[in-house]
Amino acid sequence: MFEAISERLSRSLGKLRRGARLSEENIGDALREVRRALLEADVALPVTREFLDRVRARAVGQEVLKSLTPGQALVGVVHDELVRLMAAEHGGLALNVPPPAPLLVAGLQGSGKTTTCAKLARWLGERHGRKALLASCDVYRPAAIEQLRVLAAEVDAPFFETGERAPVEIARAAVAEARRRFVDFVILDTAGRLHVDDEMMREASAIHAAVSPVETLFVADAMTGQDAVNVARAFDEALPLTGVVLTKADGDARGGAALSVRWVTGKPVKFLGTGEKLDGLEAFHPDRIASRILGMGDVLTLIEEAERKVDRDKAEKLARKMGAGKRFDLEDLRDQVRQMRGMGGVRSVMERLPGMAQLPSGAMDRVDEREFVRTEAVINSMTPHERRQPQVIRGSRKRRIAAGSGTTIQDVNRVLKQADQMQKMMRRMRRKGGLSQMMGGVDPDGLPDLLSGMPPGAVGPGAAGPGRAARRGGKRRRFS
Amino acid sequence: MPPAPDRPTDARRAGILGRLRTALRRTRENLSSGLADLFSRGRKIDAALIDEVEEILLGADVGVDLADRIVADLHDRLKRRRLADGPAVLEALREHMVQALEAVARSCEVPPPAALERPFVVLVVGVNGVGKTTTIGKLAHRFREGGYSVVLAAGDTFRAAAIDQLQVWGKRNGVPVIAQQPGADPAAVVFDALRSATARSANVLIADTAGRLHTRTGLMDELAKVRRVLGRIDPAAPHETLLVLDATTGQNGLIQARRFTEAVRVSGLAVTKLDGTARGGVLFAIARELAIPIRYIGVGEGIEDLRDFVAADFVDALLARPPGNG
Repeated sequence: MFEAISERLSRSLGKLRRGARLSEENIGDALREVRRALLEADVALPVTREFLDRVRARAVGQEVLKSLTPGQALVGVVHDELVRLMAAEHGGLALNVPPPAPLLVAGLQGSGKTTTCAKLARWLGERHGRKALLASCDVYRPAAIEQLRVLAAEVDAPFFETGERAPVEIARAAVAEARRRFVDFVILDTAGRLHVDDEMMREASAIHAAVSPVETLFVADAMTGQDAVNVARAFDEALPLTGVVLTKADGDARGGAALSVRWVTGKPVKFLGTGEKLDGLEAFHPDRIASRILGMGDVLTLIEEAERKVDRDKAEKLARKMGAGKRFDLEDLRDQVRQMRGMGGVRSVMERLPGMAQLPSGAMDRVDEREFVRTEAVINSMTPHERRQPQVIRGSRKRRIAAGSGTTIQDVNRVLKQADQMQKMMRRMRRKGGLSQMMGGVDPDGLPDLLSGMPPGAVGPGAAGPGRAARRGGKRRRFS
Repeated sequence: MPPAPDRPTDARRAGILGRLRTALRRTRENLSSGLADLFSRGRKIDAALIDEVEEILLGADVGVDLADRIVADLHDRLKRRRLADGPAVLEALREHMVQALEAVARSCEVPPPAALERPFVVLVVGVNGVGKTTTIGKLAHRFREGGYSVVLAAGDTFRAAAIDQLQVWGKRNGVPVIAQQPGADPAAVVFDALRSATARSANVLIADTAGRLHTRTGLMDELAKVRRVLGRIDPAAPHETLLVLDATTGQNGLIQARRFTEAVRVSGLAVTKLDGTARGGVLFAIARELAIPIRYIGVGEGIEDLRDFVAADFVDALLARPPGNG
């Protein structure tokens, strides 16, 4: 998400960034481009308009024209305004509240409320050690309650048995149940409702009034178009919202809805829902997203992701092994591949690196995640001996491995070559004692901090991959 | 495709008519407060008016490219003094847009039940939360009303309780649902379902699939496999691959249509959730680029709320200014 708008904006602002002189004309051109980029990203029209007005006012004002590098200053203004539009700081959930604290989740049909409820329960448990009772007030959609029951079991959260109650009663009874069971939170899922359905909107207010939730989250689909303003306004009027969860943010939607919803409700986007797996919930950091939109990369999230997902023990083991001058073998390659996939794949890592928006458009689309699956399959089909001593793999072994992994001999060769290159790279790294020379193509200024903050395994071949890829663009097979 | 039933037979009849009336009233009110005002007779045509047209188009998710093109066309005609006043502009605009959609407003041709030797297979695909299962429930109802015997295939083996949800719709329609356990291979479920439907000499098989983001290549491959295995039983199957699109979706809708078409050769569109304030303007871009026939629109949660797509009605609803978006 956000990469297309980011590509657009950095292209239109890039000219200004380079050429130092600003005129009314080129500001106008750049702003027209910005308008187009925002609209194509589904930022609602009134939001786009106000945004541009503010940028224009500041652009012709003292702070930009008087600055030594007006182009740079304009980029700064756009960045500022984007951040402002998305709220300056990210608001986590209100956690210091007397239990049982009700948490109400509402939104349109199909926006992803039920999945979000389960993700929230897991997030509360995993990150904060809090237990949440899940309860469904959706008595309308067939099997909605059953769906939450299944998900509750998956995230190991208690589930409130609805019985034959009306929605408001369910909410009340769930809170009472949570009190009895000494549970910290009650997450209340509600039926999807259309914002123009007065009766259903009244029901939502009634549920809210009955339990006075500490958090009332509006769930919005990241793919929503211009209608986001209408929907958000109606929900904001019916319910005292405290925040927004933007779901399906792992797709290629440009996410303008995030800006629209935030603008209408004035409430912060608190989480991004990414993927159907129940750990796919990311805290939302507006400043980082603004940087991502402007092509400055979102390395902070990347680091956090790496710290959470990368297996430190394995990374350290690898670092020790390399340090001791041992070979980088296929077991190591497999670990790397798995970790890369664990972080959401190359795409997701690349998206967050600075400078990625300058890639030719479509380069990201050509990243083939399946390559990783194939690589892992090939390695899985080897014997432990072969993984440690790849040089023993000759003709007949190659045939067996290819057959065993459902790939071709060329695929096997490619994996072997990859491991070999990795091995050479490791050796070079040890000699030169650093990584920065391998990261050509990526703005080196942004990297030292990033690298020092990451566990050794993640900055090894895994993180170097996208850098090299960025430099070599479409030439590599993986990108073709 | 069987026509929408003229006379709903159940007790919900008043409810449906009532809802339709409300919806129409809403449209009329919007028209009178928005466009009618804007295009009132005698209002001078100037740049401001054209700007407002652009706003309406952009606000309906028509997209920058298309809005620009339409506006340029209006400017052009204005210069040549072809447009006399407000109503003339509105008419020109409306015509332009209806024309763009008329070519793709084609319903799905299903032979009458007696003429069907093998089940007519409808494969339903789309991203998460667009309303695939609900659309299937309504579609099954339409087929039943048209005298077809229907079997449903629970091909969404991934999402929690998706199978239960489809079974509820099966029960409501009185049609069998072929399902396996959660987590089963969707291709296998759909394959078995087609066999079973053939054995029962059912007229129509409607296969549900799990919602998937079009960016997930692995899942898109899985869908292609579902399509492939159907072809193994009947080379002509699926006879219809229906992509369900949420009208609330913005410009991403075009990309969805593109990717699903690449993966499973989409042959028809169903646009859901048009009973809200979303206008579904992205359909213009889809019609232009991919020319996929638009089959149905979903206008509510009731079993009868699936209608044939009519270009003129759609455009009229779109041009009714959405509330609060000005």
